Amino acid sequence: MNDQRQLKILVADDTDTDRLILETIVRKEGHTVISASDGRQAVDLFISESPDMVLLDALMPIMDGFESARLIKLHAGDKFIPILFLTSLTDNESLVKCLDAGGDDFLSKPYSRIVLQAKIKSFNRMREMNATVMVQRDEIAKNNARLLQEQMVAKHVFDNVAHSGCLNSKNIRYFLSSLAVFNGDMLLAAMRPNGNMIVLLGDFTGHGLPAAIGAMPVASTFYGMIPKGFSMTDVLKEINNKLKHILPVGIFCCATMLDINFRKKKLTVWNGGLPAGFLYRLADHSIHPIKSTHLPLGVLSSRAFKDNCEEYDLANGDRLYLWSDGIHEARNIQGDMFGEAKLIDVFAQNTDPEKLFDDIISNVQAFIGDSEKDDDISLFEIRMADPQDVNEYAYETSVKKEGSAIAWDLSFEVKPSSFKVFDPLPILINVIMEIPSLRPYNASLYTILAELYTNALEHGVLGLDSAMKKSPDGFSEYYELRNQRIQMISEGFVKIHISYCTEDINGRLVIRIEDSGPGFDYQKKLGASLSTSGYSGRGIALMERMCESVRYIGKGNIAEVVFVWANDD
Amino acid sequence: MAITSSASPDGKQVTIFIQGRFDFSSHQDFRNAYERLNPTPSQYRVDLQGTSYLDSSALGMLLLLRDHAGGDQSNIQIVNCSQDVKKILAISNFEQLFEIY
Repeated sequence: MNDQRQLKILVADDTDTDRLILETIVRKEGHTVISASDGRQAVDLFISESPDMVLLDALMPIMDGFESARLIKLHAGDKFIPILFLTSLTDNESLVKCLDAGGDDFLSKPYSRIVLQAKIKSFNRMREMNATVMVQRDEIAKNNARLLQEQMVAKHVFDNVAHSGCLNSKNIRYFLSSLAVFNGDMLLAAMRPNGNMIVLLGDFTGHGLPAAIGAMPVASTFYGMIPKGFSMTDVLKEINNKLKHILPVGIFCCATMLDINFRKKKLTVWNGGLPAGFLYRLADHSIHPIKSTHLPLGVLSSRAFKDNCEEYDLANGDRLYLWSDGIHEARNIQGDMFGEAKLIDVFAQNTDPEKLFDDIISNVQAFIGDSEKDDDISLFEIRMADPQDVNEYAYETSVKKEGSAIAWDLSFEVKPSSFKVFDPLPILINVIMEIPSLRPYNASLYTILAELYTNALEHGVLGLDSAMKKSPDGFSEYYELRNQRIQMISEGFVKIHISYCTEDINGRLVIRIEDSGPGFDYQKKLGASLSTSGYSGRGIALMERMCESVRYIGKGNIAEVVFVWANDD
Repeated sequence: MAITSSASPDGKQVTIFIQGRFDFSSHQDFRNAYERLNPTPSQYRVDLQGTSYLDSSALGMLLLLRDHAGGDQSNIQIVNCSQDVKKILAISNFEQLFEIY
């Protein structure tokens, strides 16, 4: 190290000769000297000159060395300014007093010049080390402040994604504490087009950033699919599949998902890995645990994933409580866990259901006291209520559903001149997609309509035979022939008739397609199994599996399928 | 609809992307995407990310690709299927023939 660097050293001694000797030794070492002849002057010079090191005589007039050492250390603050006492005192008590006053070392007079030089060098090394540590400390503090600032911004984004949706509904209360800046727990809620509310409480293994990153795809899938009308189980499957692909082994998401129908007072629950939620019945103040019956999300492949749910009938005022393991594992100062038994106690002692939520929080917090939190604590409460006491959307959909037996018919005919230029499928599918409850079946309905129309056109009107599709070349020839015949078409038609009706629970779509062709022997085709070989011949079997029923009428030129969906699950 | 394809640098894997409706009208383009490739790929991926609908003729076309790629010895992945498309593939027992993601 450069302990040869020139220092500014304050020398304080009331004896002129002693001070002169000291000054000479220090100057010979190449340092600059500032001299004081009493303690008061030493302090003043320290303040005005900011020396790097101080050599102090203990006994001086006006202010002694002890007092001036104390004041110098006070002014130096964080900065390490070595103070070396030079004293003729030799009793232990006085020497200890030197160090107590803030001195870093002492030398008894008469001192050795060599030793003094060595001490100056040694203290300079210490002083430089200290200065480095201070710079590093300031850098760490600056970096930490920046990291926190970045996390706060990221947390803002995360909170908007992970704790949003219709959580502001009138019948919901929730509490999410976070262990790190990011909460490992997430709570999502959204309304389905039918007015049901879907809620997901998830707890990723781990905390902070790794957990927060997993929450992003879950939230985007959830908020992407629910408003489009996908069912809870469809969304669960999709989220599981996504997490399975993106999360490393060992990281997964314990979750409970709810589908709440406020009109029919029904609750559907799927719990994979979270502690049992409690269903509180207002009528008899009983609690029913809703236990985990599945593995967490992101563990199983889509094939092994199970989506069976439990269903409950509720009454207004019944409440459902969900929590992550943070509440159960909350520890007091002795290290005991809160546990489920204490939770049951909270319910048993409660007299006003309105206060249950606050009781749980206050009991857990009182239990934890001042001890460290181990985990994120999340609590969610939802109360069964009439749609108007939930949110605006639930109310609006419930009004629309009142007397919801809606029915309409649509007829459509494709005439000879149109076949080659006009494809009726996009128009039909657009009409059907105007019905919110049918949106999740968009692709299925397209396939059904496409099968029906293709059969009517290709086999009925154009008289093409699928048997041509036996080989790859035959497959191509078939479509070449289709193209030739469609250009020359001069007679024939395809009539499409769709009737739609909704009943209380189900919706029915009857699609009837009639073509001008001679029909076919449909008895052989119906009820066939779906073979995995052959390039064609799957259409009817595929429809039979997607529809409630498929039938042919008359000579086979009229096909009628019935598609049924759950209008309100 | 639009069909595009891209091969890995060594030509061993080819990915076919299908946008929009996957039905008879894409037949020629689909065939062109895997026939006459040099070198012959050992692995095929059919990316259905942008596919909104498919019908039974598309199923037939997937089987054409499978037979072209070696039938039971073929290595074909169908990736990025939407929930609905996956359902149709499952109903048709295509999980036994392809790796579906």
